[in-house]
Amino acid sequence: MNEHHGQNDQEHHIVSPFIYLAILLCLLAATGLTVWASYIDLGEWHIARGVTLFWNPVVALAIACTKMILVVLFFMHVKYSPKLTKLTVISGVFIFLGLISMTLADYMSRAWGRW
Amino acid sequence: MSDSTATANGTLAEAHHEHPPYQRHHFETVSQQFDATNFAMWLFLLTEVMFFGGLFTAYLIMRNWYYPAFVEGSHQLSIFWGTANTTVLILSSFTMAMGVWSAQMKRKGMLLFFLGLTFVLGLVFLGIKSIEWHEKWEKSHVPGLRYSGQSFLNPASDPEVYAEYHDKPLAPDMASKTEQYFFLYFAMTGMHALHMVIGIGILGFMIIRAKAGAYTSGHYTFVENFGLYWHFVDIIWIFLFPLLYLISRY
Repeated sequence: MNEHHGQNDQEHHIVSPFIYLAILLCLLAATGLTVWASYIDLGEWHIARGVTLFWNPVVALAIACTKMILVVLFFMHVKYSPKLTKLTVISGVFIFLGLISMTLADYMSRAWGRW
Repeated sequence: MSDSTATANGTLAEAHHEHPPYQRHHFETVSQQFDATNFAMWLFLLTEVMFFGGLFTAYLIMRNWYYPAFVEGSHQLSIFWGTANTTVLILSSFTMAMGVWSAQMKRKGMLLFFLGLTFVLGLVFLGIKSIEWHEKWEKSHVPGLRYSGQSFLNPASDPEVYAEYHDKPLAPDMASKTEQYFFLYFAMTGMHALHMVIGIGILGFMIIRAKAGAYTSGHYTFVENFGLYWHFVDIIWIFLFPLLYLISRY
């Protein structure tokens, strides 16, 4: 794939169409899997009194995250990108998760209706 | 006057190193220019993450508060159309990636083919989305404009959905919260669709430019960066689909 490039050409890794095709098939399979899993009661886990984890949304989000990682790494070429790009992507995810968990921690720990 | 201009231009020309016409003067190499533009595109996408992040956070909080309303609201969405649209969007991401590949390989015909296919798949997505939205309008599930909680106060009045899920009637205060669910549904899918419309517009512009021979002479930065945008919009849908459509379907 990576044959000779002219001096002024953009010298970047060219991802093979076969990899794109493989990722496409994985994404389609994951879509089927997430629809299938949504029809099954995957149960719940009582972590502590009043704290329950339902497996269905956890599985749905895990599949969605896997799909996102495949798209980011291969379709968006992050696997073959400079470290700066990788750092940018990771920091974006990190800040997003940080903001979401801080907001949720606030909402869940308030004494709603008691003031 | 004219002499000094000529001299100035002469000095500039001497300092001027050889480079392709698309390389801006303030970049050392084409590669550096590509990396800088690519980095800028990623920074833009981070602002988009924050933008959609607000919607996702609102969704999470509302879903925790009004879970029964979210379950019955979600049962109103069609798994068939949702899955079909997810497939269409994933296919369009693939054709976009192949478009970038065609530009990298300098194949103009293939680039036009894949950009055209991405364009069409984007329109198909919006077409399916409008079928779904139209159904919401007909069933009076459009918050603020045309809304009725009938399907949730008395689920049996909605035989199609009732036959599949046998939802229990919601108490009036919880039934009114289904409007929150549909508000988020329209806000999130609407914002996503707006991004699709903008993307399809830019795709049209790129197809016209590609016909004139752009992008296939070694300078494909625009195609690559547009691809990042298109894949990002795909990722948003990858999360919207399970969050909006697949709540408690068993």
